[in-house]
Amino acid sequence: MPSLDDLKKRIKSVKSTQKITKAMKMVAAAKLRKAQENAEKGRPYSQKMQNIISNLTRSINDPENAPKLLVGTGKDETYLCVVLTADRGLCGGFNSNICKLAKNNFKSLLEKGKKLKIIAVGSKGVDQIKREFGKYIIKKFSFKEKKQITFLEAEIIGKEIMHLFQNNEFDKCILFYNNFKNVITQIPQAQQIIPVKNDSLKTQKEDVLSYEFEPEEDEILEDLLPKNISTQVFKAFLENAASEQGSRMTAMDNATRNAGELVDKLTINYNRSRQASITKELIEIISGAESL
Amino acid sequence: MSEQFTVEIISPNEQTLKTEAREVSLPAFEGEVGILKNHIPLITFLRPGLIKIFNETDQIYFVEDGTVEFANNNLLILTSTAKLMSSIDKKSLEDLINEAEDKINDSEISDKERYLLSYKIDTLKNINL
Repeated sequence: MPSLDDLKKRIKSVKSTQKITKAMKMVAAAKLRKAQENAEKGRPYSQKMQNIISNLTRSINDPENAPKLLVGTGKDETYLCVVLTADRGLCGGFNSNICKLAKNNFKSLLEKGKKLKIIAVGSKGVDQIKREFGKYIIKKFSFKEKKQITFLEAEIIGKEIMHLFQNNEFDKCILFYNNFKNVITQIPQAQQIIPVKNDSLKTQKEDVLSYEFEPEEDEILEDLLPKNISTQVFKAFLENAASEQGSRMTAMDNATRNAGELVDKLTINYNRSRQASITKELIEIISGAESL
Repeated sequence: MSEQFTVEIISPNEQTLKTEAREVSLPAFEGEVGILKNHIPLITFLRPGLIKIFNETDQIYFVEDGTVEFANNNLLILTSTAKLMSSIDKKSLEDLINEAEDKINDSEISDKERYLLSYKIDTLKNINL
């Protein structure tokens, strides 16, 4: 049985923890609104970009000579996995969800005998991945000191991916990030960006438009595809930023509630033991008086 | 129906513009392109220049690069650099010109970049505020 003093101290410390989590929740909520806006604003751009590319792809009649970024190197050996995580913790399952998905993918790739290369973005992801897959990490990025991630940061990573691709360092590239659905739900995603996946190719055959190109298709594609990679990375960044704040907000909300419950329980305990000690003292006095 | 079609300018950060227009002229990679309603589907690049959107009130944007798609009477301009003309002041204009001129004097750049930069400088110098 803890003493009254101990209980008092514990109540105090839980209360101050509660204050911190409450403040973090409010900060996350404020940041979330902005991040969510950004993510929603950024969606049309990447979507339209994908549209244009799929339109272009449909009108290519010579798939043999199409850019490798679009159709792949023809091999299926080395995988480059880009894992996007946050730089800060205390955001619930946000980082571990991405890492779990990524690790499962890594394992199945390795089991199939594929080669694996990892680019880890965000320091929290590095920490989680490096224990098991540390030797596969070829590059780490962290934009901790940046207040807001802009297109420039996405371009740095996009260029790095392009650079590796041109050196034939990998055949396929997969992007791992959290897709922001709403404040409570974030879905970890694995998106293949090289070669471009084109599921819509067969389904939308009827509305094929014959486009006029200026300059030629392949020239446009050659310029557009690298841009598309940066765009997809940027989209992933935005989704991730919104997810991180959403995840942190719910996590901190839960923490605040739990702290409240704990304080209630401890207070009852405290009152009970205080009452017990009073009763005990009374009994002692009474029994002392009786014995006289 | 009117002779109008939809114009959208979208940057990675936000949708800059969505409006109706009678005519739009664009600085495409291989020359100026004018687009009216029912133009055939077109995909092209932008080089630095001015996008002019003609309607009741005309709007002019300065762009450096981007991609354009026209299909089903919907003109889509994807660019990260669109600036509304009226929002550019003399000071920032001069800054842009100086920056571009510094770059063009750099001997390291490729012919394509030089071509694009020369257009940028020409366009910027022709802007009268």
